[in-house]
Amino acid sequence: MSDHLAPAHLSAADADDPALLSRRRFLSRISLALSGLAAAVVSVPILAYLLSPLLRPADPQWRDLGLVENFRVGSTVLVAFDEPSSLPWAGQTARTAIWLRRTGDRDFVAFALNCTHLGCPVNWRPEANLFLCPCHGGIYYADGTVAGGPPPRPLVHYTIRIVENDRVQVQTQPLTFTQA
Amino acid sequence: MSTTTDTETTGTTASPPASPPPTKPSPLQAALGWLDDRIGFSTSIKPLIEHPVPPTGWDYTIGSATLIAFTVQVVTGVALAFSYVPTPDHAYESLDFITHGAILGNVVRGVHFWGASAMVLLVCAHAAQVFLVGAFKYPREVNWLSGTLLLVFTFGMAFTGQLLRWNQDAYWAVVVGAAQAARAPIIGNWLTGILFAGQTVGGATLTRFYATHVFMIPAIIFGLLGLHLYLVIRHGVSEPPVPGVPVDKKTYRERYEALVHKIGVPFWPDAGWKDVVFALAVGSVVLGLAVVLGPPDLGAKADPTNINADPRPDWYFLWYFALLALIPSNIEDWFIIGFPLLLGVLFIMLPFVAPTGERSPRRRPWAIGIVAVFTVSVAALVSLGSAAPWSPNLEASTLPPSVTQGLSATALQGSQLFEQKGCINCHTIAGVGGRRGPELTTVGGRLSTDQLTWRILNGGHNMPAYGTSLSPQETAALVEFLRTRQ
Repeated sequence: MSDHLAPAHLSAADADDPALLSRRRFLSRISLALSGLAAAVVSVPILAYLLSPLLRPADPQWRDLGLVENFRVGSTVLVAFDEPSSLPWAGQTARTAIWLRRTGDRDFVAFALNCTHLGCPVNWRPEANLFLCPCHGGIYYADGTVAGGPPPRPLVHYTIRIVENDRVQVQTQPLTFTQA
Repeated sequence: MSTTTDTETTGTTASPPASPPPTKPSPLQAALGWLDDRIGFSTSIKPLIEHPVPPTGWDYTIGSATLIAFTVQVVTGVALAFSYVPTPDHAYESLDFITHGAILGNVVRGVHFWGASAMVLLVCAHAAQVFLVGAFKYPREVNWLSGTLLLVFTFGMAFTGQLLRWNQDAYWAVVVGAAQAARAPIIGNWLTGILFAGQTVGGATLTRFYATHVFMIPAIIFGLLGLHLYLVIRHGVSEPPVPGVPVDKKTYRERYEALVHKIGVPFWPDAGWKDVVFALAVGSVVLGLAVVLGPPDLGAKADPTNINADPRPDWYFLWYFALLALIPSNIEDWFIIGFPLLLGVLFIMLPFVAPTGERSPRRRPWAIGIVAVFTVSVAALVSLGSAAPWSPNLEASTLPPSVTQGLSATALQGSQLFEQKGCINCHTIAGVGGRRGPELTTVGGRLSTDQLTWRILNGGHNMPAYGTSLSPQETAALVEFLRTRQ
């Protein structure tokens, strides 16, 4: 295409000069190697920066949900609390929620909102005593076990504790779809 | 050019002043000539747009219309980015402003939305057309492979774009996407973390999707488009196939050159005018839809603590959503990740499995069959997905009076239990209720008292067992009510 632009020294005779060929091969390889090295070096901070939310996971924290007496034995309610790792501009996504059920005097059990099938939010139906998923009809009993439909596993549990002054607390955990 | 100048110079000096004035270029022409010389338009670019192509039909205009649709997406996307705020606390409000506050903002958003649909449709139609006429064969294998990647990244744009609305659907679409990724063996939870940019949907998630949608994928698409178009020039526009003239690696290039030499026409304007007309038609439809229907309603703002959501993807993913609802649950883990992978592998293998041979669809009936089956399946799945009969109807709450009128006291109690215990969310009676389970309008004629009792107490694969949540008296009342449904 650009024969007329080719430098004069790229003549056919040169092509047979072993010294020149090996010099060119060396220059070509060293240039590519240096470029590759530069790209690799630049990639390190970029990749580390992009993966930083994964490399530095937030430690689980206890969040206050209120007094024990605020919850009725046998009832399941939606409670919201703050995420541990939220950023200042997270807005409403700084919050998260769980289904909390008071099962006894000092006993609570808590479930993730997410259906274990594909993560859609399950709805509690107090009259039916069932969790219903709006997506594919996954159904769970009050204890979180699968009652019907496609879910492969029971609802994911959250850890609950009761501290002094009868306050209910939940331990934060990553949003997962399998039991941690 | 230099020759002309020489002649002119000679002419000026030799001729008397009375002779016709010399054709001296106007300042504009001179400037254009200078620019052309420095840029090389008429020596390098003009031959490209006038390169000879075989005479082709309207089906060859789909690819260029896809390119135009992409251009429209870039332009409207840049315009939207002037107002869109990619943070979870203001994204929704900024879109609300674009839609209802900014002058003609709803049209810009509408064109971007309908243009996205057009682009998905066109890129699929283009792939189907190339497949049908066997244009993926030798020597255009890499045209096909780069096109496959463009198809994948177009769907990537569709997915990431849908999330930027940051409404309830978008939030739950991220969650559902992450839940699907979590199903992948071994790397599942890691993939989820990548999608969330952390351990949950939060401040970092939206900016990640924004950067992906606005910078990363478009940059990749620009690069791939460059390769794709370069290859079109390198190998030439494929000639419309002739039955009985198979592709042979030994003779194809020579035959193509001869054909183009004999009957070829310059792409611009002999073939290009059709591309312009078709692209204008597509653009008019997109603009018309944007003006008449506008962009989709934003709905409620994304809120992880709001469970009033009916997560449903835009139509271009609805078929997959439907497919996931229909496949048996024991193959799900493999299917969720495996099915898209399998499609990708089939696309990549195609030009290597069938690099030569007949191109005409008339000699490749299976090609027509594949496209037909695929089109019908996707259309059926999309319509099924929008009806979603597998989803319980969470709104259904009250049976119509025609059902409850004239019932005995026990049966009336049973009808109330039917509403309260969630039966109505999955079963329809007299047109009211969900369609997840069998319709029960006439169940009394189908099942005996014993059969009904057994089913209610023990449940089924998709139905919970009510043995623990109904008293014997309640069960009897419910069965009595159902027995009245003849």
